[in-house]
Amino acid sequence: MSDKAPLRQPASPANVTALTAEVAGLIVEALNLDLAPADIDPDTPLYGEGLGLDSIDILEIALVVSKQYGVQLRADSEENERIFGSLRQLVEYIIAHRTK
Amino acid sequence: MVAYRAGRPILVPRFLADVERVAAILGASSHVLNACADRYHFSVGFAASLLSGKVSLLPSTYTPEAVRQLSAFAPDAVCLTDEDDCPLALPLVRYPRADTATPPPSPPRSDAAGRVPRVDAAQLAAYVFTSGSTGTPVPYRKSWGRLVDCVREEGDRFGLRQRAPCTIVATVPPQHMYGFESSVLLALCNGHALCAERPFYPADIAAVLAGVPRARVLVSTPVHLRAILSSGVVLPQTDLIVSSTAPLAQQLAAETEQRNGTELLEIYGSTETGQIAVRRPTHGPEWRLWPGVRLTLEGDATLAQGGHIEQPTRMCDVLELTAQGRFLLHGRLTDLVNIAGKRSSLAYLNHHLNSIPGVEDGAFFHLEESRSSQTGVARLAACVVAPSLDAQRLLEALRERIDAVFLPRPLLLVARLPRNSTGKLPQEALRALAARARSAPARTALTIPAEHPALAGHFPGIPVLPGVLLLDEVVRMVESDGGLCGARWRIGAAKFVKPVRPGETLTLGHEPLPNGSIRFKILRAGQPVAHGVLVPLATQERPDHGRQAG
Repeated sequence: MSDKAPLRQPASPANVTALTAEVAGLIVEALNLDLAPADIDPDTPLYGEGLGLDSIDILEIALVVSKQYGVQLRADSEENERIFGSLRQLVEYIIAHRTK
Repeated sequence: MVAYRAGRPILVPRFLADVERVAAILGASSHVLNACADRYHFSVGFAASLLSGKVSLLPSTYTPEAVRQLSAFAPDAVCLTDEDDCPLALPLVRYPRADTATPPPSPPRSDAAGRVPRVDAAQLAAYVFTSGSTGTPVPYRKSWGRLVDCVREEGDRFGLRQRAPCTIVATVPPQHMYGFESSVLLALCNGHALCAERPFYPADIAAVLAGVPRARVLVSTPVHLRAILSSGVVLPQTDLIVSSTAPLAQQLAAETEQRNGTELLEIYGSTETGQIAVRRPTHGPEWRLWPGVRLTLEGDATLAQGGHIEQPTRMCDVLELTAQGRFLLHGRLTDLVNIAGKRSSLAYLNHHLNSIPGVEDGAFFHLEESRSSQTGVARLAACVVAPSLDAQRLLEALRERIDAVFLPRPLLLVARLPRNSTGKLPQEALRALAARARSAPARTALTIPAEHPALAGHFPGIPVLPGVLLLDEVVRMVESDGGLCGARWRIGAAKFVKPVRPGETLTLGHEPLPNGSIRFKILRAGQPVAHGVLVPLATQERPDHGRQAG
């Protein structure tokens, strides 16, 4: 994405940690998961057998992420598999592409 | 024009050549599980199977268990796949790579003029499967002639036969009966083009539509239509939107039409019957049947027959006949489950749950709680008595047996199910049990008196409670709370943050975790002094509240 992110913050470790907790909270709330946000291991795969999410969940997350951060996810980007590889990677993608 | 991929057209001669190429590699098997994800590959594979007299198999799910059952049904089945690492346990036939990158082999052998081959209407084209209610998938025959009749009628109903050529973009897989009919066959049998892609995210759907010429038809589901609206993505001019798999809320239909300046039609059907009725939700709730299809009441159920329907079929919904060829839909029969277009029944899911070694009793149920879902999909929950298993192992075993959309969320491990005196399990009682097990952390006052016998002689002068005493108290209080799993525990984790003195007033908070463990926290004046996790022990000698036979 070439858009300059107007509200983009520098990705300091503290920001990453805060955003990771925030995104974990969004996921738990959107998917009604029986977990505390802090229970999501940032490196566990979100899809399939890791956190056990399926494609409908991924769509839910994508919508929440687009609302919250102005990031429209695309499946045809090669990054897509990587983005949902883990919470950490999703957060990295949001930091790089957020528009709000 | 047969198809578009990445916005580039694929013409009829190319298609016929590809069909011939694939027919040549399918081998002697008479059954083909067509697992191609690319809609063009699927269509080529289907046509190749049809022209070689092979039957395409369209299962409702691809779990290892379902594939084993499919192999038992058709032992000679092969799987046509366009994936490099197809996980299905069948002999694999790899779809040829680069089907459009190279010119067609010239000339096509079977038909030098590139004429479209003819197929006998009576030929068995496919078996589609429903999950059945006993754990074994049930096959339904689909003959070529009836499939064609059905989608020709669909073309008429959509006004597409007069409006050629259209390009059909679909968000549903070609293997699902709806996608099979409304993307693959609707295109092939009415002279329209299908789009090889299966876009997923709203932005993908918009991009794929924008990449093909008008007239554009979007074949989708309430899940995706809701996602498109919710994302704010605006679709390029789309001439018709079709929805099926689950009832579309009137409001969603109206907003979709308004936002996209288009017409939305909704299809009603089933795997067994194929599509049998259509309506435009913004024009009224009544459905209009395909000509020749008749509905008759049989007790509580409605029977559909006639027209392209292969055999009289009991429909899974409560239907009200309003006039000749018209009806209203009043929802599913109670045992049935439909999640995002995947159909199952509680009986089927319970059968599989209770077939897992270690499960003593278990039941799926509808949670029916409001949630802020963006896609409008509601999941199932399950309560399970399985003292020797944790939630993770249970979920792994379930994943082997049932489609992932039906995996329970939450999966609650409980000591017993709330069966009534006749052994029945009211859904209401299950919901109440779940609500208890999931309720906000229980908080209980906790004091260990200074005269506790275990304290005698400890830390003279500066009495500090030993951690084990606190843990003992935690276990006792958790067990007395009822409804929670297990009478024996091990300590999964425990951390003592601050020393605790006898006689201090403490608060114990505890909550069940999805794997059946209990998370606890001990607070003093709101500040944590200890926290940890209790894990239920696997035991053989548990009190008997086991499952009755059957």
